[in-house]
Amino acid sequence: MSTTAEAIHDHHDDHHELTGFKRWLFTTNHKDIGTMYLIFSLVMFFTGGAMAMVIRAELFQPGLQFVDPGFFNSMTTMHALIMVFGAVMPAWVGFANWMVPLMIGAPDMALPRMNNWSFWILPIAFGLLLSTLFLPGGAPAAGWTLYPPLVLQTGEAFPFAIFSVHLMGLSSIMGSINVIATILNMRAPGMTLLKMPIFVWSWLITAYLLIAVMPVLAGAVTMLLTDKYFGTTFFSAAGGGDPVLFQHIFWFFGHPEVYIMILPAFGVVSEILPTFARKRLFGYEAMVYAIAAIAFLSFIVWAHHMFTVGMPFSGEVFFMFTTMLIAVPTGVKVFNWTATMWKGSMTFETANLFALAFLFLFTIGGFSGLMLAIAPADFQYHDTYFVVAHFHYVLVPGAVFALMAATYYWLPKWTGNMVNETLGKWHFWLSAISVNVLFFPQHFLGLAGMPRRIPDYGTQFADFNMWSSIGGFAFGLSQLMFVYVIIHTVKGGAGKAAAAPYEGSHGLEWRVPSPAPHHTWEEPPVIAEDDHRVHS
Amino acid sequence: MGFTKLKAALTGLAAILASTVSTKALADYTLNMTKGASELSGEIYDLHMLIFWVCVGIAVVVFGVMIYSIIYHRRSRNPEPAKFHHNTTVEVVWTVIPFVILILMAWPAAKTLLKMEDFRQSEVTIKVTGMQWKWQYDYIDDGFGFYSSLDADSNRIRQLGSGEDPFTKENYLLDVDNRMVVPVGQKVRLLLTSADVIHAWWVPDFARKRDAIPGFINEIWFNVQEPGVYRGQCAELCGYDHGFMPIVVEALPQDEYQQWIADQQKKYGVDTASLGMMDAAAAEAPAEESAEQAAPAEEAAAESAPTEWSMDVAMSQGEQVYSANCASCHMANGEGMDAAGFPALKGSAIATGDIAAHIDMVLNGSQQNAAMAAFGNMLSDEEIAAVITYERNAWGNDTGDLVSPSDIKAAR
Repeated sequence: MSTTAEAIHDHHDDHHELTGFKRWLFTTNHKDIGTMYLIFSLVMFFTGGAMAMVIRAELFQPGLQFVDPGFFNSMTTMHALIMVFGAVMPAWVGFANWMVPLMIGAPDMALPRMNNWSFWILPIAFGLLLSTLFLPGGAPAAGWTLYPPLVLQTGEAFPFAIFSVHLMGLSSIMGSINVIATILNMRAPGMTLLKMPIFVWSWLITAYLLIAVMPVLAGAVTMLLTDKYFGTTFFSAAGGGDPVLFQHIFWFFGHPEVYIMILPAFGVVSEILPTFARKRLFGYEAMVYAIAAIAFLSFIVWAHHMFTVGMPFSGEVFFMFTTMLIAVPTGVKVFNWTATMWKGSMTFETANLFALAFLFLFTIGGFSGLMLAIAPADFQYHDTYFVVAHFHYVLVPGAVFALMAATYYWLPKWTGNMVNETLGKWHFWLSAISVNVLFFPQHFLGLAGMPRRIPDYGTQFADFNMWSSIGGFAFGLSQLMFVYVIIHTVKGGAGKAAAAPYEGSHGLEWRVPSPAPHHTWEEPPVIAEDDHRVHS
Repeated sequence: MGFTKLKAALTGLAAILASTVSTKALADYTLNMTKGASELSGEIYDLHMLIFWVCVGIAVVVFGVMIYSIIYHRRSRNPEPAKFHHNTTVEVVWTVIPFVILILMAWPAAKTLLKMEDFRQSEVTIKVTGMQWKWQYDYIDDGFGFYSSLDADSNRIRQLGSGEDPFTKENYLLDVDNRMVVPVGQKVRLLLTSADVIHAWWVPDFARKRDAIPGFINEIWFNVQEPGVYRGQCAELCGYDHGFMPIVVEALPQDEYQQWIADQQKKYGVDTASLGMMDAAAAEAPAEESAEQAAPAEEAAAESAPTEWSMDVAMSQGEQVYSANCASCHMANGEGMDAAGFPALKGSAIATGDIAAHIDMVLNGSQQNAAMAAFGNMLSDEEIAAVITYERNAWGNDTGDLVSPSDIKAAR
């Protein structure tokens, strides 16, 4: 090692001397920051989850038993905001921080100080948001979509919610700039773009989506702010504005946003399935192009979220056709994953079980998505529990299961210990069964005519709501096992992990020791031209 | 959240589940979309089933292959994995096939959509205004309109901690005081708008859902095929009581519909001559009151028969008006809900202070708080006088003030 490298190493070691809170507050290390993102998102997952438990408890039976309708609306609103912006998105940023430098042979993220900042903004943003629960008028209750004019009736919580959304946007944009700068500039010699692991590809495209749409959201909520406090009328017909304009702007952000949550999941599943099938990913290049195609289409389908606002026929047809088109690249991905499994030599470790469950259950969410694309039928589905079932299928057994798969997959690399498979499988089966009891009956509720976002319902909806609530409580409790397995693994788990603990391990992250040392790839690896194992 | 209550609920779960399963045949479960009762609802149901079966077909193939692979391509059965990782031909095939399926799907969907957007030759036009949290139906060709809100029984049962069992009420939360009435077999066009926030008018049996947006007019049409009562709900989150603004539409044969129109015109004192209506016979036909029409008729009687205005009369009518219009925010006990921005009336400055300010608030709404609507156009002088009297004397406010309808008339 050269003297320069040693000097840099010494410099880094200075940080090690910081202990306790300061070590975490001032850290610029991608692994530390990744860990903080992941822990933060887990805390938010349980916070948002607790709100979901309130919702399911109230919906357990018809009649109002526990909360008033206003607090119920606050719960649905806050649950969504916290799960989307506090749990799923930061979790993926945490994975990007931990894994992208390891997977591309880079020593750290390109912009380490900004990395620190983009994380520490988040606790402030969510502190602001959660504080609204204690303000006069209660927390925001107009739905996470923040539609005016209703959202303008929010009490003192309003500016807090708007500023917290601004902060979340800042954090996401900084995080994305960092990911893009890292991937484009810091790949190891020989790692061409088409040798990058699919997870890295999915994050590169996700980061561009974030940069494109987070400012749009920031603009939309700023317009809400000026409408409420400064006398503008962007969204008020009385002053020449249009409430529907907000919906167009929001969903121009909102639709790419759902792919921001799911594209990294595609990436993770594309890493895990080949590993445990002991077979290379089928159609690597098609997978990359499919992700890019989905990302492009996500910008031209937004109004399918608002078929009922009264668009002209031509608009309805355009958004119906473009939305249906998304099924093509998504189908390609599902077929390629299936072909990856085909004639493989599969084993079913917990990580793979979660990835396989993703494959089945995300596809079910995809089917209901295709049904929702049919505009005339959407007039029946829109704003019912059918929609609730759809997006929870793609987000919970979709994105969240992928997050869990990724956690089980990379825990040995992070902690140096193997996961206790018995515990992991208990967690998997409890989650996989309860999540279906929770969300599958909601399809029936929606088709039978139950609108979403209501705290009480007609008695004909009672049975399925009870099933759904039972599934919800079981799913919520099952997640305590997730935390237990993580702590168990950190404390030793099922024994020491090798550098490449899986037979089918591929990718540069398995070429560093387990646990990954504080500093990795200070000497970049050189990727040989025929070394395809770096991606699958 | 009452954690002990939740625990109790969970403890009793097994028993509840057992009774649920044993007492209800599976046929009681509604699993699918309704075929509906309007001209196009069946067509929309067919589209739904078509795309559903397309999805099922794809699912059987794809999941079948996955399950086969999971069973037969596991390490214990297939220790040597295959080496292939690419095949251009199959990749092109499975890109093109879904594309073709989608085009085949898109065609009938677009055709149905085109029919839904064809508003020509509408025979009846009704203006529908959503407001927090009720609907207003204006029969603009016939010169009258009315409000439609959640029925009193459901409203009482649904209060937090009411202790009443929703299962005792038929059509719980799906019943209203005044139904919208439409003719069977005619093309009915609705003009949708809103007085405050965005609502959405939805009756599943008509397969129509469209947003009611303040400042804009949306339109939908339907042609009901069978007489009957059809129920729906507001489908767009519209605030505190979003879950409690149902829609009930009664479809009548044309002659009964004409009769109903005539009755309403009489009730609301519409000068049919000025509407250019030539069919005097319809207006003069004897009023045959069906059971469904009893409720509005009673109201009509209450309005037409002048009762002596007294504290007792005002208080009892005021309590009814209050529970129908005010209690959802200010609560039945008058204590409001501070956390949600709904002030208490019990002991409040307005309800115990200057009468003129109180009347102004009810007639014209609040400048500070958008949730306080202007009731001037929604309620009669008598109703407003009654409710203000009630508010000034209930819950220990005891001002002793009796407000009369003429006071309201003067303040308008």
